[in-house]
Amino acid sequence: MTKLVDIRLTVNGREYQGQCEPRTLLADFLRDHLDLTGTHVGCEHGVCGACTVLFNGEAARSCLMLAVQAEGAKITTIEGLAQGGQFHPVQKAFHENHALQCGFCTPGMLAATIDFLNTNASPNEEEVREALSAVLCRCTGYQNIVKAVLAAAAEMRAAGNAGAQAHV
Amino acid sequence: MKPAAFDYQAPTTVEEVVALLGRHGGEARLLAGGQTLVPMMNFRLATPAIVVDLNRIPELAYIKNDNDVVRIGAMTRQRAVEFSDIVARDLPVLQAAIRMVGHLPTRSRGTIGGSIANADAAAEIPMVLQALGGEVSVRGPSGERRIAAADLIEDAMITSLAEDEVLTEVRFPKMAPGARFAVEEFSRRHGDFAIAAVTVVLEMDKGVCASARIAAAGVSACSRRIAAAEDVLRGRAVDPDSIAAAAAAAADAIEPLDDRNASADYRRHLTRILTGRALQRAAA
Repeated sequence: MTKLVDIRLTVNGREYQGQCEPRTLLADFLRDHLDLTGTHVGCEHGVCGACTVLFNGEAARSCLMLAVQAEGAKITTIEGLAQGGQFHPVQKAFHENHALQCGFCTPGMLAATIDFLNTNASPNEEEVREALSAVLCRCTGYQNIVKAVLAAAAEMRAAGNAGAQAHV
Repeated sequence: MKPAAFDYQAPTTVEEVVALLGRHGGEARLLAGGQTLVPMMNFRLATPAIVVDLNRIPELAYIKNDNDVVRIGAMTRQRAVEFSDIVARDLPVLQAAIRMVGHLPTRSRGTIGGSIANADAAAEIPMVLQALGGEVSVRGPSGERRIAAADLIEDAMITSLAEDEVLTEVRFPKMAPGARFAVEEFSRRHGDFAIAAVTVVLEMDKGVCASARIAAAGVSACSRRIAAAEDVLRGRAVDPDSIAAAAAAAADAIEPLDDRNASADYRRHLTRILTGRALQRAAA
């Protein structure tokens, strides 16, 4: 048995401690060790994007990271997006625009969209489609997802909280 | 699938990395952004005994303006390059190419050095480094050495780095003010591996091409500069005739892959078309 490693990290504002093998993927640590099963595991090789979470504020595939790499990190999963019983503006837009059917890709869609809108407050439809190429929707419900992202961008601009972060 | 078991090391200095590589050699794999290595480990195509994680080495992440060169630390995220003012001003061709590298969430982890050391045939960043004639710095047991882009990539996913060396810095020569450029790529879906990609950088002088730099990725086992196409343009106006001749020379010069993604003939065709389009756009 491989030596276990200790991990301390913050997920959705709450501190967690755990132990796992170095080979444990972050996606599996979130789901199996922390019981945060809102992060979905689809392809396990970085193609489908369903497992995308916010890692220190940036969208990242949690199946392509080791849990041990998250030591000291701040992670936001879909369970942490709503605040005080209120949907995140992107969640709200997905809800209002019927941007999910089976919902399997939705956690990844939301994480990728939030990072995208943080760096592009006024995207056009082509840019939205390019950003959404990061996550596969197996229901092929892209029309409404594109609508939802554009609606979320408009609402976040109005509220003054889009495009606030420049990376680097 | 899940990775096979391995020991994990997360050194905080390059010296420690070199020591670990010296001790473990080919048993160890360096983990940069992990966007290629981790899927390979998930598939168990890679089963390293030791994973040396470079993500805890702050000295490897930077973008520096240094006279006629932009120096980028190997662990600088592709997303940081995408939004860098220095890159936008002095290396606009790299900024254009970086937007074709994977997807937003893979660029937030993927690194400049990782992409180059990985040397995937379809990777855009090594192609740009070759087009601009850059170089990399590597550190090993006997210190630091530099490797020119032309001598770096030997075959598909094989570089001239030794087993006990780590890539630490990528040096891109700044583009000349007024240099024209374009990157053209064909893939099935935005962000997928390029079936063909072409980078063009032109310097014009009084309507005549003073310097042409052309490189292609995705079409052969590894990305390469295409001197035969550059030679066609030098000293000539970049017009439909010279563009057609350069595009044909590029298609002739490559050694195309023939696989399930595209036949050799189709890759030659794409090389000609994309070289022509890139030159047209750069010259416009």
